[in-house]
Amino acid sequence: MSVLKIENIHKRFGKTEVLKGVTFEMNKGEVVAILGSSGSGKTTLLRCINFLEKADAGKIYVEGTPVFDAENKTKISAKEIRKNQLNFGLVFQSFNLFPQYNVLDNVMLAPKLLAKEREDYKVNKALIQSEIKKDALQMLEQVGLEQKLESYPCELSGGQQQRVSIARALVLKPKVLFFDEPTSALDPELTGEILKVIRNLALNKTTMIIVTHEIEFAKNVADRIIFMDDGVIAEDGTPEEVIDNPKNNRTRSFLNKFNELK
Amino acid sequence: MADMTFNEIVRNLFEGFYQNGLIFIFTLIFAIPLGLIITFGSMSKFTPIKSLPKFKPIKWIAKTFVWIIRGTPLMLQLFVVMYAPGMLFDIPMKSRMTAVLIAFVINYAAYFSEIYRGGIESIAKGQYEAGQVLGMTKRQIFFKVILFQVIKRITPPMSNEIITLVKDTSLARIVGIPEIIMCAERFTKSGLIWPLFSTGLYFLFFNGLLTILFGYFEKKMNYYN
Repeated sequence: MSVLKIENIHKRFGKTEVLKGVTFEMNKGEVVAILGSSGSGKTTLLRCINFLEKADAGKIYVEGTPVFDAENKTKISAKEIRKNQLNFGLVFQSFNLFPQYNVLDNVMLAPKLLAKEREDYKVNKALIQSEIKKDALQMLEQVGLEQKLESYPCELSGGQQQRVSIARALVLKPKVLFFDEPTSALDPELTGEILKVIRNLALNKTTMIIVTHEIEFAKNVADRIIFMDDGVIAEDGTPEEVIDNPKNNRTRSFLNKFNELK
Repeated sequence: MADMTFNEIVRNLFEGFYQNGLIFIFTLIFAIPLGLIITFGSMSKFTPIKSLPKFKPIKWIAKTFVWIIRGTPLMLQLFVVMYAPGMLFDIPMKSRMTAVLIAFVINYAAYFSEIYRGGIESIAKGQYEAGQVLGMTKRQIFFKVILFQVIKRITPPMSNEIITLVKDTSLARIVGIPEIIMCAERFTKSGLIWPLFSTGLYFLFFNGLLTILFGYFEKKMNYYN
């Protein structure tokens, strides 16, 4: 069964239709890279799936259960939306760490707040808190920041900040982890460390969708590449199929432009 | 009055300044939270009628309120609060101090609310979105993520406004509160000018303390950017 299924997602902003019917599904453990030129709708698609934008039409399923249906006009409670939101994790282009908290607290804030909703929170408070800390430390170790627990975001490089934000998303154990151009705000030197972390996650079979402009990286790390153009999926296949033998004209010209730059 | 000693005059001025201090403290205590409520009002997106998405009554009420309060002199507001209830509704103000506090709290809450609004609107959208994708409620996002950043950003303009408040407290004399300048002015009738001029020192000293306090507060929050 697919872990995520997107059906016919449409989204318009004013007069511009950004998404014109996007459909795909992905399996557990799969790594999907989404490529496409600016304005092709990649980021909007991610935002719609993560409930940051409300799609005008379409359905979203997680493990077969519908979590979003644009047809359904009954008001969904904020609590329900939050619950659905936690199926996913999102790493932003601009990190969006909380500046007033140190690295460890950035990672622990959300799990701590969520734990308060647990029925056994009052009884097992100490145990729950220590488990959260253990999880957070483990995640930060995984992204190589165990030395920076007490640092504040402003004291870190962009690459380190992005690694904290990856740990912050991972600690909630999302079923699918999304990356929205995770290296676009970083200089080439720092890009490498993020790509390394993502590659390790891929090796550990983390289910991921990565919007990126790093074509070489996408080719190496992704099981599957989706090429978006003008609000639709123009091509969807293995890296060999999409990057080495693109069938679609737009894909071809997009890749050619990238190759010329090299 | 002319036969008062220097010490007695100074003590008399201190008694006046105590009134200024009372107005200052109570205005802060009430205006700081009231300002936040007005801010929420002026940022409200509440639309009671679905077919009229531009009809936002709470926002309009809050905005109109701020416009009136910021658009008229505090001195006039003091007169209105002091005398209008008695003249219009036959319920005269029992205490001058209450009238002064009502006028000051309303006036400063309006100014504070605009400072808060500026601070809240200056926080990047990404902070809200990050909280949202981490499954935080709107309340949690505001109190655990946004508020602290807002406090840091509004400290300089709030310091400014609070220092203005210290000086504005002397307006209370127009409804008969014996604040420091009113006290000092009595001495001029017997030919003593220096007490009036010396009142400046009280204000300078008090505002000096506040300036140090705000500086310390700003420094405290400088651990992050």
